[in-house]
Amino acid sequence: MQDKLILGGHEFTSRFILGSGKYNLNLINAAVEEGGAEIITLAIRRANTQPSENILDFIPKGVTLLPNTSGARNADEAVRIARLGREMGCGDFVKIEIMHDAKYLLPDNYETVRATEILAKEGFIVLPYMHPDLNVARDLQNAGAAAVMPLASPIGSNSGLATKAFIQILIDEIDLPIIVDAGIGKPSQACEAMEMGAAAIMANTAIATAGDIPAMARAFRQAIEAGRTAYVTGMGRVLTRGGSASDPLTGFLR
Amino acid sequence: MNEETQVYFIDNDTLPPEAAERKKRLEQDPSSRIDHMTYLPGMEVIESDIQEKVISQMNAYDYDKYTAEDVERALSHETCTIEDFKALLSPAAAPFLERMARRAELETRKHFGNTVYIFTPLYIANFCQNYCIYCGFNCYNNIHRKKLTMEEIEHEVQVIAATGMEEILILTGESRKYSDLEYIGKAVKIARKYFKNIGIEIYPVNTDEYAYLHECGVDYVTVFQETYNSDKYETLHLLGHKRIWPYRFDAQERALRGGMRGVSFSALLGLDDFRKDALASALHVYYINRKYPHAELSLSCPRLRPIINNDKINPRDVGEKELCQILCAYRIFLPYVGITVSSRENERFRNGITHICATKVSAGVSTGVGDHETKYEGKEDADVGDEQFEIDDNRSFERMYKDMEAGGLQPVLNDYLYV
Repeated sequence: MQDKLILGGHEFTSRFILGSGKYNLNLINAAVEEGGAEIITLAIRRANTQPSENILDFIPKGVTLLPNTSGARNADEAVRIARLGREMGCGDFVKIEIMHDAKYLLPDNYETVRATEILAKEGFIVLPYMHPDLNVARDLQNAGAAAVMPLASPIGSNSGLATKAFIQILIDEIDLPIIVDAGIGKPSQACEAMEMGAAAIMANTAIATAGDIPAMARAFRQAIEAGRTAYVTGMGRVLTRGGSASDPLTGFLR
Repeated sequence: MNEETQVYFIDNDTLPPEAAERKKRLEQDPSSRIDHMTYLPGMEVIESDIQEKVISQMNAYDYDKYTAEDVERALSHETCTIEDFKALLSPAAAPFLERMARRAELETRKHFGNTVYIFTPLYIANFCQNYCIYCGFNCYNNIHRKKLTMEEIEHEVQVIAATGMEEILILTGESRKYSDLEYIGKAVKIARKYFKNIGIEIYPVNTDEYAYLHECGVDYVTVFQETYNSDKYETLHLLGHKRIWPYRFDAQERALRGGMRGVSFSALLGLDDFRKDALASALHVYYINRKYPHAELSLSCPRLRPIINNDKINPRDVGEKELCQILCAYRIFLPYVGITVSSRENERFRNGITHICATKVSAGVSTGVGDHETKYEGKEDADVGDEQFEIDDNRSFERMYKDMEAGGLQPVLNDYLYV
């Protein structure tokens, strides 16, 4: 049986979701190809432009668009932006990003649940970006989200799995795919999240700021694949310290 | 005779005797000027402690006490504290410029990737009722005054929009009488048809007036404080509503309360002690962020440049290296804030600084009134208003776009939705 990522009834082989907004548009094609990405995110506010620099024209054919609502400060704005994206031909997928904070760009979980509920009812395949909180993740699931996208650390920080313990809880408790988003700075961190059981990795800044963007996209693909294989296979035993005791503690039992 | 009702004033040789005498009196006799700290009738007063926080720290800032060790410590911290920022702005940080630039570059890339935004300013009127002694638009300066009609504005925005630009900053001289709110609102509505993103740089107004402009389509407001030293400010802004320093200071807060998405700040570096003004500018941003965490904030960094009929005013002590130090310090202290570098700076400086910390540049710039067709297409037109200041980077939009791309940056014309 093939190992597929299923989002809103759509099947994907790749578990690498690539960002598009922070680097030269001409490099998108090579990054997609080298990264093997089948889903690429783009900000609807960036796509809302004239033909000469329309980011939509730089997205390779056959790749699924995941438009995001960045710029939205509350649920109502996110809903309006999502609808606009659909009108512009961006498809039914939408990644909800609601930030009421210009400094850290942390998602507003409360508004995100509200927007998820409205957009899921309108037939969108909703992927909400959120701060990893179990109760909120359950609310998102009940609201009709197709996946949950917890942040690893502040967006753009490249500082890795700062919220590791909480993401692990979501992976263990939520029946939706958990896609780790924001803060993944290195392939090794992406690999680690995949080993934990994350369904996919979303990365943008880590690739956008690399010296060789296509090569870094390739490195991420390899890391994500390695982590996924390890998770599916079942990780081997890890001894936290020393060897195992030779005299069994239960040796006294008859 | 009442100067405020005049269209504009002409220079000494041609001023009517009463006006010439008033001008001289304003310049020489401080008691002839109104109190710059007292609000004029109609000026809204808001509850805010930001002014006190910023100014008390600026006054206490003794930049000579910082040492190389303080700078080292500041650079070793992952999060730059206010104290660290003070060290980075100090003369002791000058030898660390390259290290500061590398750190600034890192922060810029983390927050903005490789993107750089391009916009253009549009001056729609240059009438001014203020006497600011360093400004080419001041009411006593003999320049050609002009206020564009709605037809002329539509024509100008069409010429600019045809280049491909999507973000515009609409400017006026500071005259409520000749460029009233309704006039500006109408201009904005016309510009909205052609541009995705509209900012304004006009005289400060009250909260409800900002709300009106926001409804017309404005989402960004720029107000430069010129200098945060109110005593110095008093000696430079001798006449008009702009003289009221605290009303200007609170403009960004009123704009945000009026529903604007973003606000922009700056001192005009070189008017007073630039280190203190740079500190105050950044702290102004810092405290606004704490109070209005959703606001999109940006900083500019103008230095004084020669103006028409006044070649004597030059930047006091803000050389390129000092400006670069200020901008790097801004970036390290405020990694999330946009930094705009205007066409006052030359091509070499702007190319370099976009690789370190600037996130926004202007292109296809004219600071005159109604001359975009002349400038863009070489079409001669006699009736254009004189310029506010001379610029140093004359690059067209097309060239700027190509230059930024060639430098490995991704030019962005718009990433904004009016919602």
